Order: sequence, then C-alpha cells, then structure tokens
Amino acid sequence: MTTRNMIEAINDAHRVMMERDDSIVVFGEDVGYFGGVFRATGGLQQQFGKTRCFDAPISEGGIVGTAVGMAAYGLKPVIEIQFADYIYPGYDQIVSEVARIRYRTAGEWTMPMVIRSPYGGGIFGGQTHSQSPEALFTHCAGLKVVIPSNPHDAKGLLIAAIEDPDPVMFFEPKRIYNGPFDGHHDRPVRPWSKHALSDVPDGHYSVSLGKAQVVRKGEALTVLAYGTMVHVALAAVEDNGVDAEVIDLRTLLPLDMETIEESVKKTGRCLVVQEATKTSGFASELATLVQERCFYHLEAPVERVTGWDTPYPHAYEWVYFPGPVRLKNALKKVLAA
Amino acid sequence: MADKSHPRPNRPALALHVPEPPFRPGDTPDFSSIKVPAAGEAPRPDIAADAEATFPLCTHLVRVLDEQGRAVGPWDPKLDADTLRKMLKDMKTVRVFDDRMYRAQRQGKTSFYMKCTGEEAIAIAAATAMDPEDMHFPTYRQQGLLVARGYPLETMMCQIYSNRGDPLQGRQLPIMYSDKKHGFFSISGNLGTQYPQAVGWAMASAIKGDSRIAMGWIGDGATAEGDFHSAMTFAAVYQAPVILAVVNNQWAISSFSGIAGAEQATFASRAVGYGIAGLRVDGNDALAVYAAVQWASERARTNNGPTMIEFFTYRAEGHSTSDDPTGYRAKGEAEEWPLGDPIARLKAHLVTLGEWDEERDAALDKEIDTTVRAAQKDAEKLGILPQQGFDDIPSMFEDVYSETPWHLAEQRDQALAEAREFLGRDPA
Repeated sequence: MTTRNMIEAINDAHRVMMERDDSIVVFGEDVGYFGGVFRATGGLQQQFGKTRCFDAPISEGGIVGTAVGMAAYGLKPVIEIQFADYIYPGYDQIVSEVARIRYRTAGEWTMPMVIRSPYGGGIFGGQTHSQSPEALFTHCAGLKVVIPSNPHDAKGLLIAAIEDPDPVMFFEPKRIYNGPFDGHHDRPVRPWSKHALSDVPDGHYSVSLGKAQVVRKGEALTVLAYGTMVHVALAAVEDNGVDAEVIDLRTLLPLDMETIEESVKKTGRCLVVQEATKTSGFASELATLVQERCFYHLEAPVERVTGWDTPYPHAYEWVYFPGPVRLKNALKKVLAA
Repeated sequence: MADKSHPRPNRPALALHVPEPPFRPGDTPDFSSIKVPAAGEAPRPDIAADAEATFPLCTHLVRVLDEQGRAVGPWDPKLDADTLRKMLKDMKTVRVFDDRMYRAQRQGKTSFYMKCTGEEAIAIAAATAMDPEDMHFPTYRQQGLLVARGYPLETMMCQIYSNRGDPLQGRQLPIMYSDKKHGFFSISGNLGTQYPQAVGWAMASAIKGDSRIAMGWIGDGATAEGDFHSAMTFAAVYQAPVILAVVNNQWAISSFSGIAGAEQATFASRAVGYGIAGLRVDGNDALAVYAAVQWASERARTNNGPTMIEFFTYRAEGHSTSDDPTGYRAKGEAEEWPLGDPIARLKAHLVTLGEWDEERDAALDKEIDTTVRAAQKDAEKLGILPQQGFDDIPSMFEDVYSETPWHLAEQRDQALAEAREFLGRDPA
C-alpha cells in the first residue's frame, strides 16, 4: 500500500501492466521523455524504452488510427489524448473504426485498446481544456466508457480497462488529479494524502468494469454521480444533512443498472449529477433508465444537476460549474416533491 | 497478447525509429550542425514564377541581415528607416508586453499566458508587409499581428484578465484574442483548425472578386494535424490567394520538431508535394520575413497562387505559463541558437545604417515600458480574473445562438438565482 494521488495511481497502473505484458505500447502527445503534460506517463519511456512509450505527432486522428493498426497486429495500445477537448480530430477513427471493427469483421479483428484523456473543468482551462464529452462516446455502440473518481479506483479501473478485450474510453477528471474537490472553489485544495482512497495497493489489482460503488448509504434519495461530481455531491449531501445514498458509477458503459435499481427502489427518489452540458447528456440517459425501470417506486420526478448548455466560459467557470448551490436546491426539490 | 511474430533468418529484424532531439537536460547544446547559409545567398524568383521554381528555396534559408547588420542580396526589401524603426518598436513592445503579462499571471491576476520570445520578428514583419485589410488566421503566438496593427494594448490586457473591458466577455482563455476590424480571426485552442479556414477566406475573396488576401498560421507541431493537409490541398486545388505560414520554433511543448517530421524534410518542402510555392526563411531576421511575406502577398494578389513559408526560429521560453521546459530540453539552447535574437539583429541593422544609436534605444525602451505599464494599470482598473465571474451572468448565455432559446433562458434565470444565493445579494 502506498499513498498516491490520481496521477501517481494512473502512472503505476501503466507500469504494472507494462511489466506484465510486453504487447502494451503507450503513446500520445508529450507522453514520452517528458511523461505527459500531467505526468501520467512519467518515467515509462526511461523504464521500458522508446518503442514502448513515445511521443506522437500532434495528430489525434493519427494517434487513434495508428493504434487501430497496432491493435490489428496484436499489440495493446494505451494511448493518451492530451485533453478530451482535443479528441475530435480522432473522433472518426474512434466512432467509425475502433468502436465497430469487432462487429464488422464478425470478431475476426478486435480492438483491445485504452484511450485515456484528462477531462472536465474546474481548472480555469477555458473552452478548450474543460469539456466533458462522455456522452459523445456512450452514444457509440462498441465503446466502453470509464470515469474514475479517486486514486484507488483509477489504478484498478485502468488495469481492468487494459485487460479488457474491447476498446475503453478512460476519462480522467483533471480537477481531482491532486485532491478531491467538494465544489467550494473558494476553499483551499485538500490533497489526496488526507483521503482514505489515496491508499493504493502496490502491484496488480483491478476494479471491475461495469460495477458501481455505493459511496454513502442512505434512505431518503439516491444520487447518481461520477468523476469530480462524486465529491461535490457527497459534500452537498453532508452539508445539507440529507440522508442520501450516493452512488459512484465508475463505469458509464456498461452501466451497473442492478446497483442503481436496488437503490432507487429503496429510496424512491433520484438525483442525477453530471458536469457536462445538460441537453442530451449522460444524465438524460440515466434519468430515462431510472424512469423505465423504477417508475412505480418513484415518489418524485428524477432530477438532473448539470452544467449549462453553453460553451465552457473562462471567467464564469464557477457560475457554470454544477456546485454546492445547484446541488442543494436540487436535493431540496427532489425531497420536497 | 501479440500474434506470434514471423522472424526469418534471411531477413533483418525490423526496428522502429523514434526521433530524439540532439540535446536533453544536462547536455550542452551545440547547434553548429545546423546549416546557416550566408545572408543574400538565396535567389529571389519572379513573383509569377512557377511553383516549381521555388522548390530549391524550400531547403535553403532566405536571409537578408548579415553578421555585420547589413541588408544584402536580392531579398533586401529596402525599407525606409521609419518603417524599420516602427518594426523595432513593435517587436520591443511585444517583448515587454509578454514580460508584464507573464508576471501578471505569476502574481495570480489571470489564469494563463503565452509568450513569443525570440519569435517577435515573424508576426511583426508579416503584418508590416501585408495590407491592413488582409485577414490573418493566427495561432496563439502571433500577438505581434495585433501590436503591429495598432490594436490597443489595454484591450489585449483586458482580454487576458477576462475583465469588464474584455471584448470577448470573459468567454475565452487569455490570449485567445479576436478582432475583425484588425483582420485577426478568433484564436482556437484546438490546433490547426485555423489553417483550412484561412484558405476558405481566401477562396471567398476570390469568389467575390475582392482584392484582399488571407494568411494562415500554424506551428511546426500542428502540421501533423489533418487540417494542415486539408488546407494545403484546397489551397493548391483552387490556387487560393493565401499565404500559409509554418512557424517552426523547434518545440511543440516537450516534443521537438523531429516528432513532427523535421528530421526527414524541412517543413517548407511539404509545399513541393502539393505544387505550392515554398520558401524557408530565417524567422529571426525581420527583413527576410518582410521580404518573403511581401513576395507571397504580391503573388497571391496577382492570381499567381498560394505560398507556404516556413519561418525557422526558436521558442526561447516555455510553451506557456503551464510549462517548464527545464524538464525536457537542455539549458542555454536559446542563447546558442545560431540565428540570434531578432530584436538585437534589427537594432544592429539600424545602427549600421546610422539611423539608430544607444541613446535613442534606451529612450525607446523607457517609452515602451511606460506605455505598457500605463496600459496595464488602466486594464487592471477594469478588474483582474480572480474578481470576475459574477459581473454579468446573463451575458454568459448570450451568443450561444443568435436568439436565446427557452432552455437557455431558463438556465440563465437559474444561474442568476444561484449567484444571488451564493453572494447573499444581487450579482453586480
């Protein structure tokens, strides 16, 4: 067991897997010698050599496209897109190729790869370093989508993603790389070292894809969240003295519907939280699923807490961000109905 | 696991080449292997020449200023002393501006900044060589275009502070300027997207029988993006009146230019495959930059087609305030860079001409310092980033569409109510 922040945990997952499996290759913009702009791949080139971890040209389409070729050969690419906001030039390769090759070749070729990308806001990154595009990928048949919320899960989920036979989108909420974030931007940052989930086992372990985690037991309502919003939701629940059951989804696709249903059927109320823009977001999918499967147990309409339907505004970051006030009002509304 | 590989004893085992820069932290940089042709050596083709006639220049280096500060050879644009002094002043202004704004970021007055230290000649001389009505599609390191075109420094600073004077209303990351009147298209944080856009603007100008041309800008690293190749294809196919600049400053954050393909060919030589005229130019030589852009402008304006220009230069500072280059490159590279400092070189030229001296230089430095400080003081009166964010919440929901749809109106009202609750008063 070692205390690690999320970057260190992700770095360690790479190291553990690259030691075990020499078919793993890691590449992306700045990931080689320098170890990535967030240092998630730091030291890998030095340990495993330049043909197992290297810098890629600034070409997201090229990064994903060559990863497809490598996977077709039989390697296991674990690639980094520097910011999720930069993923769009690679979108065609991801949605038209990576996601569909198993299907269109009747399983002759498969695409075991992990596409990692720092994502989400809360760091004053403006429009091009803050987006949460997960719904663009959950909407594509053939991709798995994982979003960890703490160092322990980040390492275990990344190992599971690397071991998975299918392509996995692995979005890392960069606001919580160094410490959990309760949504109070005016308070000092608390480092991961003061949080129990920074106790990260050494060596190999995995956190199964498709399994959510109940991070707080409660009876009054169910809160569904993932990534940074798990911590914001937990803080809002505590601050407002609400007996909520908070579920960290961890994997959006495949979704742990069993855990969600069990909780909502018990509490009868549900609040869905996402950082992304509201319209056609993953929260909408969650709300629909809950409505379809738990309708006769619901005592209130399912409510969404989300970002606004604007591009991510630099100076208005904290007006945009679904923070404590938005959550408090939503909790009240779901409980009052 | 990987498929079983198929080595054959009578064939060599394949090996992957991964480019590595010549120097890393701890090394002593030595650029003596870079071939620097003498100033004045490159021939200057006619502006109506076939693209092919320029191809030898794609592996050469157009230089005008020699080691003694004299302007020599066929590319000497023979500029008058006032124009030279104006360029010197603009270049110095950019450097001082960069320095002040970098410090402002370090003081917590804004979130982000990017300098163009060592590259000042490129944007300044390009803007000087073109007409004010011509349109630029810049990257984030062409602040010199705005400075050369007389855009108010205070307004640039207001954008950097995302304050009440920010014409972009706090919506964009610092330095992502936009100003139609000054022919400066909105900067994107996504790399390379502006390159085909510049070609499209130029095609539109040609469709309408206009006389204005466009210039697209990209860095060495971003030439790897698909958009670079789309731009080159469209520019060639439609012979668009456009200048396509590649600012090769050797570094794309931590990746050296070899990761973008510079080990095997110059960036300028990519023009060859598309049949576009190409020039490779000393980017630290303001006169060479001016002359090349002037040549390409005339070519474009007379329906002789597009030109791609590689400006060979060096990024003397980090990529941005979020970057620390000591982690990946050798110390002292900027000082060892064989093409020198663009400001020092232009100054030396003016001195050689007898049009400048140390006394005037010191007075100019003082004047610029005063001007930039005064602009900063005025800009800060309108706020700095940490104080922003609640000034004009409704504005945050405008311009998503021409008219605000019902769902955004609802969200705007909710955001205002939240801010009222958070602040305990009406947001200002």
